[in-house]
Amino acid sequence: MNRRKLQNYLGLGVLGLFLFITFAFLIIFLVRMFYMGSSVLSLEFVTTNPRNAMTEGGIFPAVVGTFWLTTLAILVATPMGVLTAVYLTSYGRPMWFVRLVKIAINTLAGTPSIIFGLFGMAIFVNLMRLNISLISGALTLAILALPMIINATEEALRGVPSDFSEASLALGATKRQTILRVMIPTALPNILTGTIISIGRIAGETAPIMFTAATFYSRRLPESLSDEVMALPYHIYALMTEGTHSASQVPIAYGTALILLLMVLSISGVAVFIRFNIRRNRKW
Amino acid sequence: MVNTRISTSGLNLWFGKNHVLQDVNLSVHEKKVTAMIGPSGCGKSTLLRCFNRMNDLIPETRIEGTIMLGEQDIYAPKADVTRIRAKVGMVFQKPNPFPKSIFNNVAYGLVIQGKYSKCDLHGRVEESLKAAWLWDEVKDRLHSSAMSLSGGQQQRLCIARALANSPEVLLLDEPTSALDPQSTAKIEELCLELKKSVSILIVTHNIAQAGRISDYTAFMYLGQMVEFGKTDQVFTVPNDKRTEEYLTGVFG
Repeated sequence: MNRRKLQNYLGLGVLGLFLFITFAFLIIFLVRMFYMGSSVLSLEFVTTNPRNAMTEGGIFPAVVGTFWLTTLAILVATPMGVLTAVYLTSYGRPMWFVRLVKIAINTLAGTPSIIFGLFGMAIFVNLMRLNISLISGALTLAILALPMIINATEEALRGVPSDFSEASLALGATKRQTILRVMIPTALPNILTGTIISIGRIAGETAPIMFTAATFYSRRLPESLSDEVMALPYHIYALMTEGTHSASQVPIAYGTALILLLMVLSISGVAVFIRFNIRRNRKW
Repeated sequence: MVNTRISTSGLNLWFGKNHVLQDVNLSVHEKKVTAMIGPSGCGKSTLLRCFNRMNDLIPETRIEGTIMLGEQDIYAPKADVTRIRAKVGMVFQKPNPFPKSIFNNVAYGLVIQGKYSKCDLHGRVEESLKAAWLWDEVKDRLHSSAMSLSGGQQQRLCIARALANSPEVLLLDEPTSALDPQSTAKIEELCLELKKSVSILIVTHNIAQAGRISDYTAFMYLGQMVEFGKTDQVFTVPNDKRTEEYLTGVFG
């Protein structure tokens, strides 16, 4: 065997080894999670309240809390993000200002999430006197999701072939009509994918809601925007750090983690499904 | 006597410091086909895009001189660009139907102007598709995606979409360069039919095509209008040596 062939085999071997290591981590992680948490998993687990100082029962309020936090955050962040991206791609002048805004957005995207938590506490909880509540947490998460949605939308809009906007303008459409009737509808599937991925991200965030929305235990479900809520990631954190009966609480924490993982995975699955459909139907 | 639909006088255009069109004078006659030929980069597409102000989209464009569309100076400060573009239809090199249904593609120009009620819209869409010789091929699937049509059909859909606005002028920017010979032939025949009702300006790289369909031919070279006249005349006894050389394939 000559030297170049040997190098080829060696290189391929190294690639395979690292692929295996990466994959093994994922498998070990999933098996471990399932092993630790599966004892508590049942339909009841997700549909009932915690009982007996959280050593028994389910995580229903945390599921509901995470649902509302995420939904409200996305409802706030999506229009803001999409409009910002439209401005940046189609209207932004002068160029230095657009660049400045983009630097700001990318800095925001790289900021550790605990900083968002502190910011949310300072602005929403204290300054705006919204207290620790569903709305404070949702707004904090919305800011966290904003750069992701802006970047995804911007990319989606820039991906719309200029043929389409030229055709629209040449037919006598105004810029506004071109954006609303051609650019956004064409980019919509990609915008949605970006939004859904950011749902997955913020659903699992703990730090931003720690000081702004989450509570260790709540006897009832949130009834208004100003209620404190339980949330899945914070529930895990609380059970693992503040629990007093670790023997019964650790499995619940792992079970909660499994449910959270399952939620995020299925949301990502929806995104993959949408993307798959776009790729199949797109013909330009 | 032929009437003039578009006339330019002393038209100069710069992209930044690049002097792309130099003192262009041209008259497009009503209900005739005028072909613009010339080597790549000579400015013929740029000139075409002056007539519906599509060059406005390119930053650092500067224009001097006047372009009259009928009685209207389309570069007058008060000119309504969207109205001008509705009156001057354009078909691009690459078929570019919207990723919408066939019906919505044709209806687009009318819908954005908000002038038509729903039943008028159906009538206009049908009329336009018939005028572009596409109706029989698509009448049973008006609501399926325009992307499902073949390239030649897509280009005729683009023509129908432009016709729906009842334009005075139709600008065709190398409309057949992305199409197969059969589709090309069909679009050429269509041009001859359409000139009964609309003035057509066509940019083409295909000299034979210009000879087949145009009544007038303009030859451009390096941003200048070298020769303009009746097609028979330009093709048989060109005034300028460069025209003759281009037509006989000395350069191109």
